[in-house]
Amino acid sequence: MTIAAEGRNLIRDYEIPGSIFRGSSSVRAVKGISFSVERGKTLAIVGESGSGKSTLARIIALIDPATEGELLIEGKPVDIARQKPTRDMRSTVQMVFQNPYGSLNPRQKIGDVLTEPLALNTNVPAAERRKRAEEMLEKVGMPREVYNRYPHMFSGGQRQRIAIARALMLNPTLLVLDEPVSALDLSVQAQVLNLLADLQAEFDLAYVFISHDLSVVRYIADDVLVMHKGEAVEQGTRDEVFADPKHPYTRQLFAATPVTDVEAIRARVASRQAARASAQS
Amino acid sequence: MALLTIKNLTVRFATSTGSFTAVDSIDVTVDKGEVLAIVGESGSGKSVSMLAVMGLLPDTATITADEMTFDGQDLKRLSPNQRRKIIGNEITMIFQEPIASLNPSFTVGYQVEEVLRFKMGMGRRAARARAIELFTAVGIPEPEQKLKVYPHQMSGGQSQRVMIAMAIATNPRLLIADEPTTALDVTIQKQILDLLMKLQEDYGMALIMITHDMGVVAETADRVSVQYKGKKMEEADVLSLFENPQSNYTRALLSALPENATGDRLPTVSDFFNPEAEEAKA
Repeated sequence: MTIAAEGRNLIRDYEIPGSIFRGSSSVRAVKGISFSVERGKTLAIVGESGSGKSTLARIIALIDPATEGELLIEGKPVDIARQKPTRDMRSTVQMVFQNPYGSLNPRQKIGDVLTEPLALNTNVPAAERRKRAEEMLEKVGMPREVYNRYPHMFSGGQRQRIAIARALMLNPTLLVLDEPVSALDLSVQAQVLNLLADLQAEFDLAYVFISHDLSVVRYIADDVLVMHKGEAVEQGTRDEVFADPKHPYTRQLFAATPVTDVEAIRARVASRQAARASAQS
Repeated sequence: MALLTIKNLTVRFATSTGSFTAVDSIDVTVDKGEVLAIVGESGSGKSVSMLAVMGLLPDTATITADEMTFDGQDLKRLSPNQRRKIIGNEITMIFQEPIASLNPSFTVGYQVEEVLRFKMGMGRRAARARAIELFTAVGIPEPEQKLKVYPHQMSGGQSQRVMIAMAIATNPRLLIADEPTTALDVTIQKQILDLLMKLQEDYGMALIMITHDMGVVAETADRVSVQYKGKKMEEADVLSLFENPQSNYTRALLSALPENATGDRLPTVSDFFNPEAEEAKA
């Protein structure tokens, strides 16, 4: 059991620039969050817009520095505000974004999308880069021929597969997935979730899975962290959190999530018919 | 009794590569006071069929239908003037992106009052009073202050409430909601769905809920129509649909829901549903 990433009391402030009428102020988007995620496991971060979940994701993915607190990747402390992360460090953590239409460069061929991380971060020769890219395409369920095609030729689900393949090119140990399936249709969502599960098993990957969709989280997560206004209001294993949510906000979130349970539908239909009958009489 | 009846509706788009059929011989009926959900994934034509009713499709679209009647009036034969009396009055629509649906240059109060003045022929003062009533009805706190606010100063949920206020301003008999909660957080989604259901009951309005979300269907619909690639796959009352789905596509959609997962893997639509085989059968 190795810990892929650990956060200790992470804080992130954003400066709001002042004007001639007003001094600058700051907003605390993440208010002291601690977490850890092991290799082969998935930590789901759940929250609504404005909860700070994407800010936290960007800190874990080494895109933005934390204002305070400590981030450890594979046990080593990283502070990108003080020191630029090394190539090796960059390779260990990769990110997949929500919108596969926005995250792939429309002028770049799929092959270039996939080989670019290798060209920038490693000394692998070109022929080997191509070979690895083609192998990775097959791993994510795409034919090798797509190597020379452009992103516009693919559907949302296929693009998300390509984005996942790109993230895996440097053999990372941790993937930060920011709402990876929320832009996808239900049928495609299931395929991408299955793919993520397969890849996790094959490469022993740790996932930090950002989502607002509790049904997806319940399916994929090992541990759950619920964020509300920058704070972790609830943290625990999936079974603990789903069986017995402690915090009122978590309960509110569960209550608001629509259910497709047949008994619940039966009850709703019955109460609606009763209301109508009483309105008529 | 049927409020809106559409029979054999087909919508084709002229594209550079030839004609594309977005909606293929679809029948839709909605009764008074009924909630019909039209479910489908992207490309199923679920929005296009309703945009055709509203007359909101671009000129490249060719719309054909055997019948298109609203409360006994033939929508196909109406003059533009007569049509305007129905569309926007009797039938109104709200959309997915509430912030994009509002004009950023005018206050929300002005936009709601505009509907009341032009569609209902109210004077300024009467419109202002009615706008305050409407804001109260859709649950906007401090309605008098909020009338003076611009769309960018409101949250997504508040803007959707404004859109709903505009849509119910004319006391419509049919409200078409096109993915009304897709852009919203779950807790806000719940509030908006509850509001729509309450208004639907209070005003006795029929509601067509266009959505891709089976959860939203389960929480709102009386009857459900499932569409795939412009064709209707199944239509049933909500309980039968979830309890005993008839078409393979519906079955596939329901089993792909993560909450219904039984084993380690999620069944995907292709495990249940093969479009080529279905087409060969049809």
